[in-house]
Amino acid sequence: MTVVGTRKLRKEDPKLLTGEGKYVDDIHVPGELWMGMVRSTMAHARITGVDTSAAAAMDGVHAVYTGTELSEMGLWAAPLPCAWPVTEDMVNPPHYPAATDEAHHVGEIIAVVLADSRYGAADAAEEVVVDYEPLKAVASVAQARDGADTAHSEHSTNKAYTWALIPDPEALDSAFANAVHTVEADFVQQRLIPTAMEPRGVLAIPSPAGGEITLYSATQVPHILKVMIAATTGLPESKLRIIAPAVGGGFGAKLNVNPDELLAVTLANKLGRAVRWTETRSEAAFSTHQGRGQLQKIELAADSEGKLQGVRVHLDADMGAYMMLITPGVPLLGSFLYTGVYDVPAFGFTCDGYFTNLTPTDAYRGAGRPEASYAIERAMDLLANKIGVAPEEIRRRNYLAGGREFENLETASTLVFDSGNYTPNLDAALEMADMNALRAEQTRRREAGETKHLGIGLCTYVEICGLAPSRALAGLNYGAGGWEHAVVRFLPTGKVEVVSGSTPHGQGHETSWSMIVADKLGIDPDDVTVLHSDTAISPLGLDTYGSRSLSVGGVAIAMACDKVVDKAREIAAHQMEANPDDLDFAAGSFTVKGSPDKTLPIQAVAFGAFTAHNLPDGMEPNLQEQVSFDPPNFAFPFGTHVAVVEVDEDTGGVELIDYIAIDDCGTQVNPLIVEGQVHGGIVQGVAQALWEEASYDSDGNCRNPSLLDYLVPSAMEVPFMKLGSTVTPSTSNPLGVKGVGEAGTIGSAAAVINAVCDALRPYGIDDIEMPATPARVWRMIQAAKAAQNGEG
Amino acid sequence: MSDKIRLEMTVNGQSHSADVEPRTLLVHFLRDDLGLTGTNVGCDTSSCGACTIHIDGESAKSCTMLAAQARGANITTIEGLAVSGELHPMQQAFMECHGLQCGYCTPGMVMAATSLLNENPKPSEHEVREGLEGNLCRCTGYHNIVKAVLSASGQSAQGGGA
Repeated sequence: MTVVGTRKLRKEDPKLLTGEGKYVDDIHVPGELWMGMVRSTMAHARITGVDTSAAAAMDGVHAVYTGTELSEMGLWAAPLPCAWPVTEDMVNPPHYPAATDEAHHVGEIIAVVLADSRYGAADAAEEVVVDYEPLKAVASVAQARDGADTAHSEHSTNKAYTWALIPDPEALDSAFANAVHTVEADFVQQRLIPTAMEPRGVLAIPSPAGGEITLYSATQVPHILKVMIAATTGLPESKLRIIAPAVGGGFGAKLNVNPDELLAVTLANKLGRAVRWTETRSEAAFSTHQGRGQLQKIELAADSEGKLQGVRVHLDADMGAYMMLITPGVPLLGSFLYTGVYDVPAFGFTCDGYFTNLTPTDAYRGAGRPEASYAIERAMDLLANKIGVAPEEIRRRNYLAGGREFENLETASTLVFDSGNYTPNLDAALEMADMNALRAEQTRRREAGETKHLGIGLCTYVEICGLAPSRALAGLNYGAGGWEHAVVRFLPTGKVEVVSGSTPHGQGHETSWSMIVADKLGIDPDDVTVLHSDTAISPLGLDTYGSRSLSVGGVAIAMACDKVVDKAREIAAHQMEANPDDLDFAAGSFTVKGSPDKTLPIQAVAFGAFTAHNLPDGMEPNLQEQVSFDPPNFAFPFGTHVAVVEVDEDTGGVELIDYIAIDDCGTQVNPLIVEGQVHGGIVQGVAQALWEEASYDSDGNCRNPSLLDYLVPSAMEVPFMKLGSTVTPSTSNPLGVKGVGEAGTIGSAAAVINAVCDALRPYGIDDIEMPATPARVWRMIQAAKAAQNGEG
Repeated sequence: MSDKIRLEMTVNGQSHSADVEPRTLLVHFLRDDLGLTGTNVGCDTSSCGACTIHIDGESAKSCTMLAAQARGANITTIEGLAVSGELHPMQQAFMECHGLQCGYCTPGMVMAATSLLNENPKPSEHEVREGLEGNLCRCTGYHNIVKAVLSASGQSAQGGGA
């Protein structure tokens, strides 16, 4: 019986449900010092003085260091890393863990205190007095583009880079010159605060004799962190051990190399005492990167039937104050997807990256792809309106391969989509949503003059995951590869250990990897233990982001299992005195073809490999194999989402009353986990559409850093979701899997805003900025009513 | 810092006494002094509910009160919910419905949900959502959490799908 494909309950859960899961802040060691951060209260200012005397004199305070003192201590071999210099001439101002003479965003570290207790560190940080000479803050990307003031006073412009992907400029110009219909739209991708429920935190522990450091960090990327800490501190990589213990969500926000991580490691190493820090939630708006932050312009050229002839896109992307690990590359991750699921003959994309005096941006669930999906899917609705066809019809007319099933299809954005079959997916969504009934109800309400308007919004997305073929990353100037590593070994007693380079933070890898291994080796999934997230146990890995874990790391595990079986076959054949080719392997046992009574369980083979008493000549003992899998191509999941909203014209309130999603992530290992990923992803995208925005004043102050004001949705704001799936296996890997961690978010914001606009169509409203708050919706309705009454 | 004060309280059936700073939050007392780290801290504004525990049988956010205010109280944390290794029915329901992913909000969510069912054994879907409004989750979209609570109350989740 196969386990893959079943709704197996998670083996991670009992620990997490009983409070036994250990997150960073749960782990303590004797003699640890608590680090407290003194953060800039100004977005842009010269630092003219830092008085640490009062803090240093407090009971329980061990040390206070200013940025300048830290710099003079020689702790840094290099600035914080940016692994993705997207162009050769990209501007990348040096970014050290603490500022010395100029602060570039609110919350930038100016000094650190080390104290004996959690509260003592907070008290001491409060006592440090910083003198500032204010400089003009660049508080938005629009202001950055205007360029009157610069976010870094040594710069003459805020522009960091211009990146372009225009495969055939002449064809693109011609497409627009000959277009019958064009659409031009500007969209704002507001800044978002990722808000994983576990705040980030670190605990750096020096070895008693010095020289070796163990860092516990709430990170998605322990392996990348290890390399980068070595590179930025000069500490030998071989003396560093990074452990990501239980990690309470990431969503991209824990995919970075942060000042606090470097401070903890270097100060622990210097002082010979453990150093720890946990961000407070309100601090996280400054100490952890944010997501999105783009101004988008998208233009469509279409023929008389609405068939796309060209798509042209320009982004102005908000880097924030500094380039973090992949800050400049995030907008480009979406660049290839602005043609969506459509057959577009000509395509052009340009992106200007700008510095602002705001918290740096970087990856947030979807990282570039939700933005792309939003722009093309909103624009397709505008096109449908323009030529007077239904949203689903404009999509059908433009689907790649005419909506028929395809494999390995090259698109105008230069990628080769692994597989797709869009029409049946759309049909399934329309049927589950009962679209005709919804439209009838919408018409009924409109004709009855009801004040609660029904809106139905569609999004047919495609995304890129399985990051990534290493050669493709080289082409994008990314500083690392995209392989993943796995080890599979039988223990002498027949249990199996898997060492995974992927590093979960809620995705259920232990369960899913066990299922893959169980099927491959014919054993019970409960006999499989998955080891991960500790560089001493799993020295090779490239971690978890970009929906890559299954389609790269899971595939590596499956391939390692195949190698284990291959070796076991040799041993079994030797012991059974048969030819290896004459052995069948099924349900965990080798059987001689034609002699079903001659069988040998793989556990017995494993024990034989351990004792090594009777192995073929020249064969190494033990049953352990490893694979580094570098995928030949990305994977391209797709799906159709339908949002149904009710807009109250009296209050401007938008209620999400139904949500239907038919996702195609290829072969599913555990549908229970797939659905969970989709549920959570959908709500994160809905939250961008309706509630969330990191709001800044003109001085660069974040107005809503706490959860009192930053509106992460509760259970009250969302309905049960209706999910279904189609299965179109990927051609990029032998399991046929694609990825599903970000799909929900990539589909949902566009679906919701398309629904809001659909509801407001009687008012002539065809666009609304995110988040579509009651105030914003109400004002638009009032303005539209006034215009309709000729008062505007 | 001001003098420490003596506290006595019962936590998960065990009596404890300790000397703490008067300003110590209850959640930090539980976590840092008693080592009961299952109760998590997800915010600093009493918004997220990750720190939800039971005080004398009622749910409370342990970041919102001082340890001193719980003097003499009978407290249950997530560590005290499973009895002799058997998951509490609410914990079991969360597992069966896949009501958790990263697990960080889970202890608070489970404590809030058990308290909800104590007060309202057969809540409607709306009542479950309302009852959990003070507990934020970033992973699940609440779908499977609401399903789990309805399931623990012996009701099937209409509209909860597969």
